[in-house]
Amino acid sequence: MAELVQMEGIDKRFPGVHALKSVSFDLRAGEVHALMGENGAGKSTLMKILSGVYHPDDGRILIDGAEVALPTPRAAQELGIGIIHQELALMRDLTVAQNIFIGREPRLSFGRLDEDRLNADAAAIFTAMHIPMDPRTPVEGLTIARQQMVEIAKALSHRSRVLIMDEPTAALNDAEIAELFTIIRKLKAEGVGIIYISHKMDEIKRISDRVTVMRDGAYVGTVEAADTPISKIISMMVGRELTDEVAAIPDLSGAEIALEVSHLSRGHELKDISFSLKKGEILGFAGLMGAGRTELARAIFGAEPADHCEIRIHGKPVQIRTPADAVREGIGYLSEDRKHFGLALGMDVRANIAMASLPRYADRLGRINEAELGRVAQDYIQTLSIRTPGDAQEVRLLSGGNQQKVVVAKWLLRDCDILIFDEPTRGIDVGAKAEIYRLLNELAASGKAIIVISSELPEVLRLSQRIAVMCEGRLTGILPGGASQEDIMALATKREGMAAE
Amino acid sequence: MMAEGGMKMGAKQARRGAAQQKLLAFASLIVLVVGFSLASPRFFQIDNIMSILQATSVNGVLAVGVTMIIITGGIDLSIGTLMTFCAVMTGVVLTWMGAPLFLGVVTGLGTGALCGLISGTLVAKAKIPPFIATLGMMLVLKGMSLIVTGTKPIYFNDTEGYTEISQGSLVGLIIPQFPLPNGVLILFVVAGVIAWVLSRTVLGRYTFALGSNEEAVRLSGVNTDRWKMAIYALAGAICGIAGILMSSRLNSAQPSLGLGYELEAIAAVVIGGTSLSGGRGTITGTLIGALIMSVLTNGLRVLSVAPEWQTVVTGIIIIVAVYADQLRRRSAN
Repeated sequence: MAELVQMEGIDKRFPGVHALKSVSFDLRAGEVHALMGENGAGKSTLMKILSGVYHPDDGRILIDGAEVALPTPRAAQELGIGIIHQELALMRDLTVAQNIFIGREPRLSFGRLDEDRLNADAAAIFTAMHIPMDPRTPVEGLTIARQQMVEIAKALSHRSRVLIMDEPTAALNDAEIAELFTIIRKLKAEGVGIIYISHKMDEIKRISDRVTVMRDGAYVGTVEAADTPISKIISMMVGRELTDEVAAIPDLSGAEIALEVSHLSRGHELKDISFSLKKGEILGFAGLMGAGRTELARAIFGAEPADHCEIRIHGKPVQIRTPADAVREGIGYLSEDRKHFGLALGMDVRANIAMASLPRYADRLGRINEAELGRVAQDYIQTLSIRTPGDAQEVRLLSGGNQQKVVVAKWLLRDCDILIFDEPTRGIDVGAKAEIYRLLNELAASGKAIIVISSELPEVLRLSQRIAVMCEGRLTGILPGGASQEDIMALATKREGMAAE
Repeated sequence: MMAEGGMKMGAKQARRGAAQQKLLAFASLIVLVVGFSLASPRFFQIDNIMSILQATSVNGVLAVGVTMIIITGGIDLSIGTLMTFCAVMTGVVLTWMGAPLFLGVVTGLGTGALCGLISGTLVAKAKIPPFIATLGMMLVLKGMSLIVTGTKPIYFNDTEGYTEISQGSLVGLIIPQFPLPNGVLILFVVAGVIAWVLSRTVLGRYTFALGSNEEAVRLSGVNTDRWKMAIYALAGAICGIAGILMSSRLNSAQPSLGLGYELEAIAAVVIGGTSLSGGRGTITGTLIGALIMSVLTNGLRVLSVAPEWQTVVTGIIIIVAVYADQLRRRSAN
């Protein structure tokens, strides 16, 4: 079969990261080619290069055997490469047809829009897709699945021969997934090549012809989907390295339980989750993107309260409806998105460290004892070795690792003894990571109870004394520290109702 | 340059930026004063200077109040009509009910705080965007003033000393050569207190923090709704002060006045360099902004420029001030 797309020796570096290491990938007309790998393996970067968003530092791209340049997303579109992002990018207030032809509206004289032709053209695409859809419907009223159909129609309207789908089923239910797969099969039959990015093993087996696995920015291998067992694909994704760094597991049998969560549920996102956390323990939460780990953390912290949940802290039942409740009970949450949820970037280090504890440093008039606060801030700058010229430095000028330490200092000052770290090393360079790990270990050793949510398995393994694994809003299991990556991945992909392998 | 200079330089630059911005506004004020003084000998006279200051007092007080709200990233369009409503309620208590002066003052401030609290509740609890919530309050309060008074002004002729609140001069009693009107004294006291609150107290720190990143503050376990309500209530009480000053100057509560004052106050805040997107701002800046506006009005009048043109010039000044700030920030990045 002819190679529709060939990517050869693609290399890409970002400051501090070698994102793609001479990666090769090919796509045939009329096939579904799954692209797999852990978060951060380089799938998205590779696809952004194919869709003209990023430019490779090295390597070449061939379409129909001819080398092409993809300087802009527009150029990729014109060559027939369409991408459907995980986050749908539709304008909610416009109609289906208006969305499909945005920027390319058919016109009459004097710049008037030809709405009739717009709607007719859109209708023609849906007819070809065999989907009943009224092009005049506002997108706002459509389900996520229907919106995805609109995205696909939009891509097809560019006469796409290559369709990249990034986690297309993340927000779909089973019936909707079946409908999507019907469309994918039709597109296949018409000779469209589809690159399918997903973490869900059962889907990969159902829909794809070949599977390519990437790891740490490198190409691992390509296998036929039909005759490769899931366990083989998982071991390709995980690799074997990095098993040397495993958490030391102290004896915590005598330690008291700091946090106990029972039957926590919220909507469709979190389903009946129960676990407990001891003083001095680091409990890792592993899982794939969208497994509900951040949602769980935010529910425990009261940022988006759970519908139902029993929480005990140091054995005492508590009600947590707001972050203020959680903080009063000694829970601190360190968001993966420090810039939006953790720091007031335009304010200085001292104000950020004091953010959760201000009233304690104020007199009856509300006057802040700046001298005392300055001293305390200096203390934390020293003990956590925050690299800053001083406590009057605006935090936006600090590096990621030092910003993270400022947030840690904020919670330590507030006397929080249960700390939830959500992706503690995201956006932090390699050198600073080790320092954050050491800090976490020291905090645990000093009796803090710590939850670490991380999408990087080596990180979870390196830190956690126990590993909780989530999939699609459920806690699928808790493994002892040092569990194998294969076991974790098996639990992380264990979908509800999926037949046991 | 920045990269090798490292973080220290960035901090210095940021601090210098804030100082520059205030300096720029202050320099414009000086230029205006010098310019008008050269253009007309009647401008730089003690009487004229006093009348400029007196004219600044009401707008200045309003602007100081709304500065706090703007620093949180909000806006309050109801301050003008709230000021009037506070004056009206003061008139009701003093003139119609014959209560003693201090009760009238308390009523004025209390009415302001209460209405501010309502706006704050609408914004913080009902999550109505501040622009809309206070636009609604603006119209409600305008109507309320007219309803309560039956559209007729309330005069303070029976309240002894009411006009002294703004037009008397405590300073003049002590230093006869310098008859600073009480209204101006009150403006400086209010500005001083609020500047102190913003820089030294928990309320002030949260005011900046809310404008800088409200969600991060909420996730720090701070009851952001309550602080926001407190800030709107405090700004409302300051509108009450403005209402008393205004009615003291006119010796009456004029129910049809008020609309348009909110925009003048917001203009002063903006000229003073406070960012409408929140997180940054100073009371000194606001004071300078308010002074620039009244120097301009007064100066152009002394030069016999038609009042229509004064409005045009004010508008241009606002645009130039904000554009200069944009330019400065772009070059800083």
